[in-house]
Amino acid sequence: MNNKMIKRVTGIAAIAMSAVIFAGCSTAKTTSQGNDQTGSTVKIGVNLELSGAAAGYGNQMKQGVQMATNEINSKGGVNVNGKKKKIKLIIKDNKTSTSTSASVAAQLVNNDKVNAIIGTATTNAGTAAIPNETKAKVPALSPSATDPNFTLQKNGKAQPYVFRACYQNNFQGGTGAKFVYNNLKAKRVAVLGDNSTDYGTGLAKSFKKQFKGKVVDTQYFSAGDKDFNAILTSFKNKKVDAIYAPGYYSEIGLIIKQARQIGLNVPIVGSDGMADAKLVQIAGAKNASNIYYTTPFSKTVAEKNPTAVKFMNAYKARYHTDAPTFSALAYDSTYMIKQAIESQKSANSVKITKGLANIKDFNGVTGKITIDSKHDANKPIAVEHLNNGKVVGSTQIQ
Amino acid sequence: MTTLFQQLINGLSLGSIYALLALGYTMVYGIIKLINFAHGDIYMLGAFWGYYTINFWHFNFIFALLSAMVVCAAAGVIIEYFAYRPLRHAPRITALITAIGVSYFLENGMSYLYGADTRNFPQVIKQVNYNLWGVRVSNIQILILGTACLLMILLQLIIKKTKMGRAMRAVSVDPDAAELVGININRTISFTFALGSSMAGAAGVLIGLYYNSIDPLMGMTPGIKAFVAAVVGGIGSIPGASLGGFLIGILETAVQSVGLSAYKDAAVYLVLIIILLVLPAGIFGKNVKEKV
Repeated sequence: MNNKMIKRVTGIAAIAMSAVIFAGCSTAKTTSQGNDQTGSTVKIGVNLELSGAAAGYGNQMKQGVQMATNEINSKGGVNVNGKKKKIKLIIKDNKTSTSTSASVAAQLVNNDKVNAIIGTATTNAGTAAIPNETKAKVPALSPSATDPNFTLQKNGKAQPYVFRACYQNNFQGGTGAKFVYNNLKAKRVAVLGDNSTDYGTGLAKSFKKQFKGKVVDTQYFSAGDKDFNAILTSFKNKKVDAIYAPGYYSEIGLIIKQARQIGLNVPIVGSDGMADAKLVQIAGAKNASNIYYTTPFSKTVAEKNPTAVKFMNAYKARYHTDAPTFSALAYDSTYMIKQAIESQKSANSVKITKGLANIKDFNGVTGKITIDSKHDANKPIAVEHLNNGKVVGSTQIQ
Repeated sequence: MTTLFQQLINGLSLGSIYALLALGYTMVYGIIKLINFAHGDIYMLGAFWGYYTINFWHFNFIFALLSAMVVCAAAGVIIEYFAYRPLRHAPRITALITAIGVSYFLENGMSYLYGADTRNFPQVIKQVNYNLWGVRVSNIQILILGTACLLMILLQLIIKKTKMGRAMRAVSVDPDAAELVGININRTISFTFALGSSMAGAAGVLIGLYYNSIDPLMGMTPGIKAFVAAVVGGIGSIPGASLGGFLIGILETAVQSVGLSAYKDAAVYLVLIIILLVLPAGIFGKNVKEKV
């Protein structure tokens, strides 16, 4: 309760502060177009979930952004119309909260005058930041907000200043549905989704809409749940051919472990939230068999991609573990902003926005990325197959 | 039929964890009328202690369990000493808010020190599944149920048969009168915290082993559900807390098995509301009128 009180007070203070700032801007803004690049640096704001429920993903992204920035700066910086400018990161924690995310965005665009924003990890926090970013005409590139509506306005047009570097749900869920029906030949499928994120519910919905077989049962869990025995026992009883489980590795790992322990050995198919080395650690290598997930950042595919190999080695040297998907997406986001600046020959925030919208065949760690008219990232998708905790193959899905 | 029994086993394993946690809530409430919201986080500390001792000092399971109980008991006493004792005579709401503060402190402190990531708990005991008339029971489920029951019986013996237990009961009935007959109230309250927290520590290690996944926020939801279990059983009553824990565990499993998994938390809180409306003292609670 005490905490709530403080939150409320800071919330009011933030609103009051931004009101003052906006009041100051409104007269000047009529002529100025976004935030210009000033001095010897390009300022990139980072609005991420560094604490709270999504802190695990936010911190991995922070690592990806920092790695990319260090690489760019060690080579002299970004080429802004012939002059090399170093990137200055302004990293702020939105605490996985929508209200904090909105105020972080306001601070970044108005006080710090950033030229572009990377973030957020989650759709909810990202959506809350959109009004402030749009008002200031500063582009925000989210490494992992997957909800289809995230980059769209109510009228169906793209949000002018919002981009993403990942798939949107309909594409990924649809790919999962095709794979389960065509490749696994499963006809009776149970869906077990994470209903505490737009990611989980969105994927579950789009899978169900596009799956041609029969969805026998749909169940939901929330982030932080540890016991899935009851749900899995009832799935076993319904004799399902496969389970589609969109969510993050921390819960899906447990689902895999508990399914195998009750003797439910059907294929478990998930999404890119599973693509993390921790999945196998939590599930246990022996249990992690007959596991599939759709991912842009497939280790086997990545081994043929020189950008990805370089990234994976550098990540391992620095953090001593295999690079997680979220770090890869954030790393790509940083380089996408660099490319946008260099293609427009300007680091003005409106110019960066234009540059991001025009990205085509960008050679990223997570594949060749093209930003489409809806500001979604299009890139090839693969399904990875785990056996005994090891990636044994990957299938390209058309 | 086998499915029914299978779900019952699932419910009992889950329920034994809630029961162990509910004991701590109920004991602390019984003695100082404080709902110790930091209790769920003590459980998290126990799980992390087990994680580090097994991984880095190569403790075996029994030793990790016992040492986690000792460490959590110490943590409980320290929290009581620094956070609750200065507020002993303050209004009850002050202590309650402090408890929430301690809970946030432990959760975010651990996130800050060790990261918010989920970790996999070392599997010191290899899982073996037994097939009993079509029902699969794992050795870890038996271990959890057995340890939980053993600890609950031990706790009941301590409270009913030892001198300290008698002191605890005396303080919970009337602290002033207990002090008059020569009971050291501070020591008794510390002991209660130690006992309750050690149960939470044990639950932490057991849950780590069972689910193989721990994180700094793991105590939040189980803590609240254990609180509900304590209220259902009759807050202040030890057998009530055990029964309440098992009931909540079975209820949650039942709700999920009939296909309403999205509402499993809601069902638990609905039970809390119904109990508070219909039977405010809980199943085993005595309805004591408060003097005004």
